[in-house]
Amino acid sequence: MKAVSPKPLPRRFHQASWDEPVIFELSQPGARGVLIPPVEPAILQEVGNVTATIPESLRRTTPPPLPEMSQVHVLRHFARLSQENLGVDLNIDIGQGTCTMKYSPKVNDQLARSPKLTDLHPLQDESTVQGILEVMWRLEQMLKEISGMDRFSLQPGAGSAAIYTNMAMVRAYHKSRGEGDQRNQVITTIFSHPSNAACAKVGGYEIITIYPDPDGYPDLSALQASVSEHTAALFITNPEDTGIFNPRIEQFVTAVHEVGGLCVYDQANANGILGITRAREAGFDMCHFNLHKTFSTPHGCGGPAAGASGVSAALAMFLPTPTVEFDGHRYYLDFDRPHSIGKIRPWYGVAQNILKAYAWIMSLGADGLREVAEIAVLNNNYLLKKVLEIHGVSAPYAKGRRRIEQVRYSWEQLSSETGVHSEEIGYRAADFGTHYWTSHHPYIVPEPMTLEPTESYSQADLDEYVAILKHIADEAYNSPATIHTAPHNSTCHRINQASYDNPDEWAITWRAYKRKVK
Amino acid sequence: MRIGLIVNPIAGIGGRVGLKGSDGAEIQHLAFELGAEPLSNLRAASALEVLSPLRETLELFTPTGLMGEDVARQKGFIPHLIGSLPQDTTTAEDTRQAALAMLDIPLELLLFAGGDGTARDIYTSVNTKLPVLGIPAGVKIQSAVFATNPRSAGEIAAAYLRGERIHLRESEVIDLDEDSYRTGLFTTRLYGYLAVPYRPHLLQSRKVPTPAAESVRMQAIASDVIENMQAGWYYILGPGTTTRAITTQLGFPKTLVGVDVYTREGAVALDVSESRLLQLINKQPTKIIVTPIGGQGFIFGRGNQQISPNVIRMVGTENIIIVSLAEKLNALQGEPLLVDTGEPEVDKLLAGYLPIVVGYREKVVYRIAF
Amino acid sequence: MSRNKPIVYPYIPNSIPANKEEMLREINASSVDELYADIPEGIRFKGKLNLPEPLLAEAELVRHIEGLLGKNISTREKLSFLGAGCYQHYVPAVCDEINARGEFLTAYAGETYEDKGRFQALFEYQSMMGELLNMDVVNVPNYDGFQAAGTALLMAGRITGRNEVLICGTIGRDKLSKVCDYIDPHLKPMLLNYQPDCGMVDSADLKAKISAHTAAVYFENPSYLGFIETQAAEISEFAHQNGALCVVGVDPISLGVLNPPIEYGGDIVCGDIQSLGIHMWFGGGHGGFIATRDDPVFVMEFPSRLFGISSTVVEGEYGFGDVAYERTSFALREEGKEWVGTASALWGITAGVYLALMGPQGMVELGESIMQRTAYSIKKLSRVPGVKIPFDGIHFKEFIVDFNGSGQTVKSINKALLERGIFGGKDLSFEFPSLGQCALYAITEIHTQADIDRLAATLQEVLR
Repeated sequence: MKAVSPKPLPRRFHQASWDEPVIFELSQPGARGVLIPPVEPAILQEVGNVTATIPESLRRTTPPPLPEMSQVHVLRHFARLSQENLGVDLNIDIGQGTCTMKYSPKVNDQLARSPKLTDLHPLQDESTVQGILEVMWRLEQMLKEISGMDRFSLQPGAGSAAIYTNMAMVRAYHKSRGEGDQRNQVITTIFSHPSNAACAKVGGYEIITIYPDPDGYPDLSALQASVSEHTAALFITNPEDTGIFNPRIEQFVTAVHEVGGLCVYDQANANGILGITRAREAGFDMCHFNLHKTFSTPHGCGGPAAGASGVSAALAMFLPTPTVEFDGHRYYLDFDRPHSIGKIRPWYGVAQNILKAYAWIMSLGADGLREVAEIAVLNNNYLLKKVLEIHGVSAPYAKGRRRIEQVRYSWEQLSSETGVHSEEIGYRAADFGTHYWTSHHPYIVPEPMTLEPTESYSQADLDEYVAILKHIADEAYNSPATIHTAPHNSTCHRINQASYDNPDEWAITWRAYKRKVK
Repeated sequence: MRIGLIVNPIAGIGGRVGLKGSDGAEIQHLAFELGAEPLSNLRAASALEVLSPLRETLELFTPTGLMGEDVARQKGFIPHLIGSLPQDTTTAEDTRQAALAMLDIPLELLLFAGGDGTARDIYTSVNTKLPVLGIPAGVKIQSAVFATNPRSAGEIAAAYLRGERIHLRESEVIDLDEDSYRTGLFTTRLYGYLAVPYRPHLLQSRKVPTPAAESVRMQAIASDVIENMQAGWYYILGPGTTTRAITTQLGFPKTLVGVDVYTREGAVALDVSESRLLQLINKQPTKIIVTPIGGQGFIFGRGNQQISPNVIRMVGTENIIIVSLAEKLNALQGEPLLVDTGEPEVDKLLAGYLPIVVGYREKVVYRIAF
Repeated sequence: MSRNKPIVYPYIPNSIPANKEEMLREINASSVDELYADIPEGIRFKGKLNLPEPLLAEAELVRHIEGLLGKNISTREKLSFLGAGCYQHYVPAVCDEINARGEFLTAYAGETYEDKGRFQALFEYQSMMGELLNMDVVNVPNYDGFQAAGTALLMAGRITGRNEVLICGTIGRDKLSKVCDYIDPHLKPMLLNYQPDCGMVDSADLKAKISAHTAAVYFENPSYLGFIETQAAEISEFAHQNGALCVVGVDPISLGVLNPPIEYGGDIVCGDIQSLGIHMWFGGGHGGFIATRDDPVFVMEFPSRLFGISSTVVEGEYGFGDVAYERTSFALREEGKEWVGTASALWGITAGVYLALMGPQGMVELGESIMQRTAYSIKKLSRVPGVKIPFDGIHFKEFIVDFNGSGQTVKSINKALLERGIFGGKDLSFEFPSLGQCALYAITEIHTQADIDRLAATLQEVLR
C-alpha cells in the first residue's frame, strides 16, 4: 500500500455545518422529552385541583408555546450545535488574548460533578458541608500566599464582579474614615480591563483614564498629574492587555499612596507572573484574580466563572459576608461582620469553580505554578518571534523588549498594503480550525490581534497557529478575495447584519422573528 | 443606488513639486511646468477599484473629463455625466457647480478626491444636505472629512451603500488662508461641517458589551460640563460638534463656526472677535471650553484663533475645560494634542498633562504639546 | 517514586526540557529569567511559594478531593426542604450531558461563525424564555437573580428619569442588600409594608409612598415567602397611573401555571434561572434574566448582550449576531451602563435544553404538581400541634411554617430534624424578626407524598 502523505499545514479543516433549524422548527406536536412523577391519588384527594383556585388574572390559560420534542431529538439538536462551536478542547485557542484560554483539566470537571457538590444546598447545616467549606478555606490560603494579601473573598461570580467588590470596599474604606465625599475619583489606564472603569462608574466615582506613553507603558507623568486628595484608588492591570509589564509600578503605587488613595491590582493577566512577583511586593492594598483565567476553570461560553478579591488586613473588615473561617476544629461561615459591604451575589461563591481551581493548584504546587508562569512567558516570546517573521504584522510599543503574558499585534502594514482587515483575517482563520477575536476596546492599536499562548500549548501547536497566520497573510497579498469572502469552511456563510441595528427588523427571540419577517 | 464622484484634478499638484497648495491658476501652471502629475485621479481610481464589484447596482454621477468621467470609465463604470467642461484647467467654481448639481439628483453618497480646498468648495454648495466622504488627494489635509486612505474611502462607501453598520457624523471643514500661508502667516478657518460616514469599531469591543453610541457620549460630555457650570461665570465656547452638544442640551443658540459666550442662563454674545472677548471677560470670572478641531488634534490654533493668547492669559489656564470624544484621542495613536496659539509662551503654559472630559464624570489626562 | 528528574507536567506540554531549551535558543535567551528582565528586583518574590506539596499523579488528586467531598452530606442522601432562592428540582440527564460537552464548556467569545453553536443555543434560550414570559426581548444571562433585579431597577430609573423605587417588603434580605448596594447612589429604595395575614403588598402603604419620583414598583410573584401576589394587576395599574414602571421578579418554573407578568401589566420582568435544569451546586448554579417588550426605549437600556437571528448570503441559512450592540439611549447619568463580564452563559444554554425537554405539557404538569404538593404540605403541617401556617392564600413551592406556638426555636427544631435525616426549612427569625420563630419550607416535584408525610410525622415527634 502506498503511504498516506503527511498532513499539510495549515490543515484541510472543515467545521461541522449542520444547517440546523431553530429548535421551534423541530417541534412535533404531542412529543415529550422527559416525564415528571405523577401526583399521588391521596394528594389529589386531599387538595383537589389547586391551579383552578388561582385567580383568573394570574392563572395561565394556554400552555407556553415551547417546542415539543422527544428526548433524543433534544439531545441531537444541541449536540449538533455544540459541534458548531470550537473551545479549548478542540482548537489552539491562543487567539482570545487576555482571556487565558488554558486547558481545563477534565478530572476537575468530573470531580466537581459529584452529587456531594452538585446536590448541596447552600443553607444546609454547616456540619453537613464541611468538605466544601474546607476547600473554600484552603483555596483562600493558597491565594493569600500567591498574592501576599491577607484575606480573600471567593464570593464574586467572575472577574468583573471581583473588581466591583474591590470598588465597593474602597468606597466603604474611605467612608469609614470620613473621606467618602472627598475621595470621588478613581484612576485607571486605557489598557487595563474596561471593567475597572465601568465598576468604578457604577459605584459613583468619576473616572480618570491615563493613556500610555510613546513606548506603550502607562504614563507616569500623566498619573502624577492625576492624583490628588480626591483620589480614592488606582485600578490597574499589570502586565496590561498589551502584555507589557510596567516596570515603574512601584512609583505608581507610591504616587497614589502619597495622596491617601488605595491601590487595586487587577490580576487578570497573572498567569505569567505566578511566583515571580506579587501584589504585596509591589505595594498594593487589594487585588483580584479570575479563577477562569489563571486558575484553569472552564469558560463555559461566557460563564459561570469565578472571581477572588484579595485585601490587606486593614480592609478585611469590609469583605463581603459571609467569610469562611476555621477555628482549628471545624469550618464555618461568619455572618457577623458589621462593616462588611454585604452580599455581592447569592450565597458564598461559585463553588464548583472554587473546587476546580483548588484541585488545579493542588496538582501543581509551588514548583508547578512557577513552571506555568515560565512556560507561558516562554511560549509568548517564542510566538512573538515567529509571528513577527510574517510580513505585514508588528508588535507596537516596547520595541525589542520581552513580553509577559500576551502580545497585542497590529496588522496595520498588511492592511494598508492589501486592504485586508484584521477581523477578516480572524474569519479566515476559522477555515483552518481556529480563530482570534480582534482584540478589544479601546481601539488605539490599529488592526489589532492579541495572542495569549499560556502554558497549555506545545511548540507544535504554536507553529501550527503561526503557519495559519502566515498562510492567510500570503493570501492577503496574493488573493485577498478569498479572505474578503471568508469563512468558507465554517458553520455558515457571511451573515447579513443590517437588521441587527434596526428596531423594525431586529429579532431577539423566535417569536419576534416570526412576527417581523414577511 | 446613486453615488456621486467629483475629482479635483489639480489637488495635490503643488505639494509634490514643493509648492504649498494648488489653488489659483498661476500656481497650477507653475506646477505643471515643474512636471507635476494629477494625483487625485490615481487616488480616486483606488477608491473606485473597491467599489467596482458593486457596479451593477450603482448609478455613478460625475462631471465630464478629468473631474471624474475619465477615472470612472477607467474603472469600468458607465457614468451619468453632469455639466460640461470645455477648458483644460479647472477652478474652485467648477467644483462648487458640480456639487450643487449633485444635490438635485438625489444621491446616497458623494465622494470627492482632493484636499481641504476641495472640501471647502463642496461644503459651500452642499452643507450637510448630503453624505460626503473625502478621498485624500491634497497636500492640505486638516479637515476631518477624509478617509485615512483611498482604499478605505472605497470600503466605507461600499459598506454604507450596503447598509452595514455605518453612521454619519458632522466633521469639520478647515482650510488654510492660502495667500497668507505662502507669505509665512499661518491662519486657518473653520468653514463648517460635512456629514461624513464612518465605521465605529464595534466588533472590537467584546469585553465592553454595550458601548454607547457617539451621540449618547456627546450628550454625556455635555451633561458633565453643564452640571459643573456655576452662577456668575462666563463660558467661552469654541466651535465643534462636541461643544455644540453642550448648547444643544441647554437649548441655547450656537454659531456653527464661531466662538460664542454664555452664562448658565443663556447666550451673552455670539460669534465674537478677539477684541470683543477681551471686553467681555475683563474682570469677569470666565472659563474656556474647547474641543480638538480637525484631524490633527489641535485644541487651540485651528478654527478658534479668536481665543487668542491674551484671552487665554486673562482667563487663566486653570479655567480651560477641554472636551473630546475618546475616539479622537485614540485616533492620535499616542501623539499629543496640540496647541498653536501664535505665542510660544502661552503654548508652553498649556503644554503638559491636562484633563479632557470624555464622558459623564469621565476624564482622560492627556498630553498636550506644541 | 523518585522525583529528582525535572518534572514534565501533563498540563504543560513545553515543560519537556528539550522543548524548553530549543525554544529558548530560538529566541536567543539563555534562560527564562531573562524574559522577566523588565520586572524590577525590588518587587520580585523571593524564594518558593508556601503551598501544599503537589499531588502530581491524577490518582492522588482524585483521592484527595474525593476525601474532602466525602465530608459533605448532600440532599440526595437526606430529605431536604430548603429553598429560599436555591431549589432542588430534578435535573434531566440531557441537561448535564449538554453542559458537559467540551465544545460548550471550554469555549468563550468566538465569532458568530466558528462559535455559531453558542449563539444559536443562547438565541434559542432567549426564545424559549420569551415564550414562557410572552415577551419578545430576553437577554443573554447575567450573573444571578439578584443582579437581574438591581439591573432591572436601574433600567427603570434610566427610562423614566426618576430616582426612587418602591420594593415589596417580603423581598429576601440578601437580595435586598445586594440590590440596594447595586442601585446606590443612583436610586433611592423604599420598602413597602406587607399585610400580616397574607404577606401581600399593603396597598395603603403603596399609595402613601408612591410619588412623581417613583421610577418603579417592584414585587415578586411568587413571593420570596412563597405566596402568590394576587393584587398584581392593581399594583401595576397604580404604578402606571403614577408614571412608574412595574418591575416583577418571577421564578420561571412557575410560568407553566402562573400568568407571565406582562399579562397583568409588568413592564420589566426579572429573575433567576437556577430552577431550569441546573443543580444547586452549593449556590454556584445561578443565572439572571431580564425581559421586556420589543421597544427600542427598553432594548437600549440592557447592559447585557442580546443575540438576534438573521439570514446569511446563502438562501435558507440562519446567522446570528448582536442586536443593538451599540446602545443609543439617553442615559446621561450612567452611560457607562453598569459592569458586565463573564456571567452565566452555560446555564442559559442548559435552561434552554431543560425547557425543550419539558415542553408545554411538561411545564404545565410540573407547575400543577408543585402547587398540589405545596398545598398538600400546607394542609398536613397545619395539622401538627404547635404549627401554624400564618399566610392564607395560594402558594407556589414555598410557604412559611410558624413554630411560635410550639415553644421551640427553629434552630433547635432543625437540629432535631437533622438528627432524623431531614433538612428543615430556612430559619426566618433573623431575616423577618416580626415573624418570630418561622421557617420557610420548599416543596418541589421531587417531594413524594411519603416524603411530606414523613416530614409531618417527624415534626409531630420533635414538637411533642
